[in-house]
Amino acid sequence: MKKEERIKPIVMRFVVEQGNFQLAGEASSRIKSRLLQLGFSGSLIRRIAIATYEAEMNLVIHSYGGTIEAQIIPEIVTILASDTGPGIPDLEKAMQEGFSTAPEEIREMGFGAGMGLPNMRNCSTEFEIVSEIGKGTNITMVIS
Amino acid sequence: MNSYFHSVTLDKELCRGCTNCIKRCPTEAIRVREGKAKIIDVRCIDCGECIRICPHHAKLALTDTLESIKKFKYPVALPAPSLYGQFGSEVTINQIITGLLELGFYKVEEVAYGAELVSRAVEDFLQHNYFPKPAISAACPAVLRLIQVKFPELINHIIPIKAPMETAAALAREEMQKEGYPSKEVGIFFISPCAAKVTAVKNPLGTSTSAVDGVIGISELFGPLSKIIKKRQEVPNLRKSTAAGVSWAVTGGESRLLRDIRYLAVDGIVDVSRVFEEVVMGRLIGVEFIEGLACVGGCVGGPLTVENPFMAKALINSYAKAKQVKLPELPPHPDWQDLLWENKIKPLDVLRLDDDMKVAMQKMEAMESLQQALPGLDCGSCGAPTCRALAEDIVQKQADEVDCVFKLREKVTELAEMMVELSSKMPPSMGEKDKQKR
Repeated sequence: MKKEERIKPIVMRFVVEQGNFQLAGEASSRIKSRLLQLGFSGSLIRRIAIATYEAEMNLVIHSYGGTIEAQIIPEIVTILASDTGPGIPDLEKAMQEGFSTAPEEIREMGFGAGMGLPNMRNCSTEFEIVSEIGKGTNITMVIS
Repeated sequence: MNSYFHSVTLDKELCRGCTNCIKRCPTEAIRVREGKAKIIDVRCIDCGECIRICPHHAKLALTDTLESIKKFKYPVALPAPSLYGQFGSEVTINQIITGLLELGFYKVEEVAYGAELVSRAVEDFLQHNYFPKPAISAACPAVLRLIQVKFPELINHIIPIKAPMETAAALAREEMQKEGYPSKEVGIFFISPCAAKVTAVKNPLGTSTSAVDGVIGISELFGPLSKIIKKRQEVPNLRKSTAAGVSWAVTGGESRLLRDIRYLAVDGIVDVSRVFEEVVMGRLIGVEFIEGLACVGGCVGGPLTVENPFMAKALINSYAKAKQVKLPELPPHPDWQDLLWENKIKPLDVLRLDDDMKVAMQKMEAMESLQQALPGLDCGSCGAPTCRALAEDIVQKQADEVDCVFKLREKVTELAEMMVELSSKMPPSMGEKDKQKR
């Protein structure tokens, strides 16, 4: 076990701006190409890419902006998504498939189907979400 | 990895060592070494981008010559649908088929007809099998290679049905056999718009062997064929294909034949790559079928074609408009099982830095710090397409830091500064007088 601990993770960090749809997907795409070079399997890359992309989109659509961080060690990737607000009022509801608070104009763009958080949870091996109104949301996804 | 045959190759004499091709290659498979471009075989997907971009025409596709059909007593021509778009609107498809026969082919089996069989099979397959969506067309061999190299996560989305070329070739072989021609004396030649098909014949994907014996580029045959076509006006009706199969020559042609399916058709290797990125991220919700073609315009844009791709596309589209689109009937599945792939295709794993993931991580860390120190101009003077690629090459011991002209200049400056500094140093045995003498 101790040997495992000694591995220094590769850390990639991205700032995600509120409302910047043009750059949305950049973090997941860059993380994906690194994982391919490291030799991660296709199916694992796929789950990580989907989870990261959903997290990224949530930051763009719902938050005031935040960061995506990927910590990579062999066969395990941890994705941390954190933002500075506004926070999720009802987490239980937010985790339900199909529930969305996305405004009409976002839905017209093809987003806001209410599958973001459930997809992220489904792709993760471990999933944790902490949210506080006025402070922000922190999501930790361990995918292996 | 066993050595891999590629159609795309380099004419060393013509190569000037410029950086056009390295910058254009979608899989970063080219480096300039010792003043000449060098293709990294395992990474090359034969898309032909370098053939198109090279200003010195130093990139070639290895193909067979028209002369080579003489090796067989009964050569069969398999014209790609894109061949029909090469001779302008005055020339009919029947004239082209007749022309091929007059060039010395014993029989013509239209790939357009093979395409119609494939369309039917694909439709049937998608209706009766659970398959991950979006399903990806297996028609373009360069796109299949792209998936193997860059998108291993999409391999199980590829529809495991043979491409029209293989289908037509198998059909031709079967027909010739039935008519009693000895198999050894029958040679099947695909008339190709692209280099990737040459590679696909030599290294088949999804099947162990190809039914095709040789591949002749459209450009090779264009001269003699257009001469013959002009001489003859009245020709018999030899066509077996309809506008349906012919439309496969252009982007969207294959997709439009699939009824009740939400499709996306994309061309140009860079854009195909972009679409696949989005698929991986789960972005393309609702798309059931993707037709991705490496060349802009579709096969009419292939690097071995002669006619302007957009002219050819207009012509092919006019066929599709004029004629009723009708697909041939197929016996119900599993009778068309011989259209299915025999083997699964596998990821190529050529982008990974090391087989050991821990070592790969160390290499990536080393790459990151090397990249930080490089100028980030992606100028290509070092022979690698980007600074990151150079960093990777250095880590893999394929290049040196001073291959970068900016790094080299830094080192020279350091050296010069050191020389100046040293020149002012005096050995203790020399006095003030000696110093003044200098």
